[in-house]
Amino acid sequence: MLEIKNLSARIGDKEILRGVTLSVPDGEIHAIMGPNGAGKSTLSYVLSGRDGYEVTGGEAIYNGQDILALTPEARAAAGIFLAFQYPVELPGVGNANFMRTALNAVKRARGEAELDAVAFLKLARAALKKLSMQDDMLKRNVNVGFSGGEKKRNEVLQMALLQPGLAILDETDSGLDIDALKIVAEGVNALRSETFSALVITHYQRLLDYIVPDKVHVLAAGKIVRSGGPELALELEARGYAGLEAA
Amino acid sequence: MTALPTQRLESWRYTDLRALNAMSFAEAPAASLPDGLPDIGVPRLVFVNGRFDEAASSALPFARNFAAVDEVSDLPLARINAEHAHDGVTLEIPDGVDAGVVLLVSYANGGALHPRHRVSLGAGAALTLLEVVKGDGVYWHNPVTDIVLAQGASLAHYRLQDESQEAFHLATIRATVAADAAYESFTAVMGAKLSRAEFHVELTGAKAHTHLNAAQLLGGSQHGDFTSVVRHKAPDCSSRQTVKSVLCDSARGVFQGRIEVERVAQKTDGYQMSQALLLSPTAEMDIKPELQIYADDVKCSHGATIGALDEEQVFYLRSRGIPEDTARSMLIRAFLTEALEPVTHEGAHALFEAAIETWWARK
Repeated sequence: MLEIKNLSARIGDKEILRGVTLSVPDGEIHAIMGPNGAGKSTLSYVLSGRDGYEVTGGEAIYNGQDILALTPEARAAAGIFLAFQYPVELPGVGNANFMRTALNAVKRARGEAELDAVAFLKLARAALKKLSMQDDMLKRNVNVGFSGGEKKRNEVLQMALLQPGLAILDETDSGLDIDALKIVAEGVNALRSETFSALVITHYQRLLDYIVPDKVHVLAAGKIVRSGGPELALELEARGYAGLEAA
Repeated sequence: MTALPTQRLESWRYTDLRALNAMSFAEAPAASLPDGLPDIGVPRLVFVNGRFDEAASSALPFARNFAAVDEVSDLPLARINAEHAHDGVTLEIPDGVDAGVVLLVSYANGGALHPRHRVSLGAGAALTLLEVVKGDGVYWHNPVTDIVLAQGASLAHYRLQDESQEAFHLATIRATVAADAAYESFTAVMGAKLSRAEFHVELTGAKAHTHLNAAQLLGGSQHGDFTSVVRHKAPDCSSRQTVKSVLCDSARGVFQGRIEVERVAQKTDGYQMSQALLLSPTAEMDIKPELQIYADDVKCSHGATIGALDEEQVFYLRSRGIPEDTARSMLIRAFLTEALEPVTHEGAHALFEAAIETWWARK
């Protein structure tokens, strides 16, 4: 269960989040929609612990733990996963080595047994197959020379391997064609369970055709201005975000 | 007696040797070999304080006795070496022989050492020479290595400079590379308070090739200078240099790279890249590339970058559960990858990997 209470944050002098309140119970997928500049990406970065954002008020509790006090790696170990809007390229870092290091770091932090190279490859190959990805993806350098679709699929692959309890998808649909979108959505849907929840941040309703949310929230000017069921996304698609700030 | 070079000499502008004035140039004391020197299961030659340690060394069929030094160059350190040299490795590999891998270990713990190493490969011969230098305490190591490669010969020369943190290390490596021959080298610099590796490579026959790569990993107040002069004296030769420096604390790195292309050396392919990561605001890197080109049909490029670790990359790794220190070490290891490319021998590669890891853990 993720509980965000009255969360405010700024970058430098600029207030971005102005009191966000939101709960995502286990087993649910919530969508956050909103116009550009509403603070959607800031919310995902504040929850995952990126530097440069100053939390000025409120709290974020995940499974009873105040996550804002944790390092990014401790948040990952606690089960939080951020799928990046722009996955970062890591020249010289092999994808397989990266993912095994990440998986074992998380396992170590959770007190679980680590995987050797052989066991990891077996696991990774099975995950690749499910996501219709080629095996050579593992041999390449992380995200280097990947197409936009490949980068997003690589995010989903990492998510499938790390098995988070809470996934935050930051505009994962941006720049994706419909086939890649379906694969990404399948990757998220495959994780659905009573112990998995997700925050799907998106500008468009399209992704929500494939990842059907339990709830939709509208973030505008740093606040949740409306919440509703999946039908709210369709309404926004039809009417746009205009006038929401006043609502 | 030759005097030490001063910073008034253009080639010594960035490296100040005045601290050496207080040191004796005289011979180092006898010392015994410490435990735990590297062994990768290949024939090994061991030097202790500049003296050949026969008991600790393997008998090699192509090793020759040390012969007197006749220094004709005007390089000050090579001249000083010649004035004091009384020992060193001499390897002569006959035509067509693949001599495999030889490990040269030098250990020092005091005084001044001026070994003169000589390696010559006959036509079509091959050798991998892995050099590891280590030590304890204060001393001055001033080795000169002269390399002659006949037509089609191939020498892979890997050097791990892991001297004592209080030592001075000034190495001069000279190679003459004939037609179709290849001198592939990689130097890792981690040790010494003050060090310089100075390479002079002459490509004298058509299609000669050299790789002069280096990784300088420095912290504290260490000073590391990597200087190279590559002379293209024949057509169709290629030279590749990738020098990566990782500088912590107030360490200072220097790269001076000169490529000279003579009029006859048409179709020269020269490449030089120097990149530095500064991990502290007080670290410093000085880069001086020089191209002197007298031929008109050549491809020569050089580049230099100096920067910090990309925090976006660090965050990406951490967001996947990787602890910050591991994340930084992974990115530094990735930064060094290209420099290590010439190290194709597995055992040598593993040795460098382990040394880099040890460096990161102690930095």
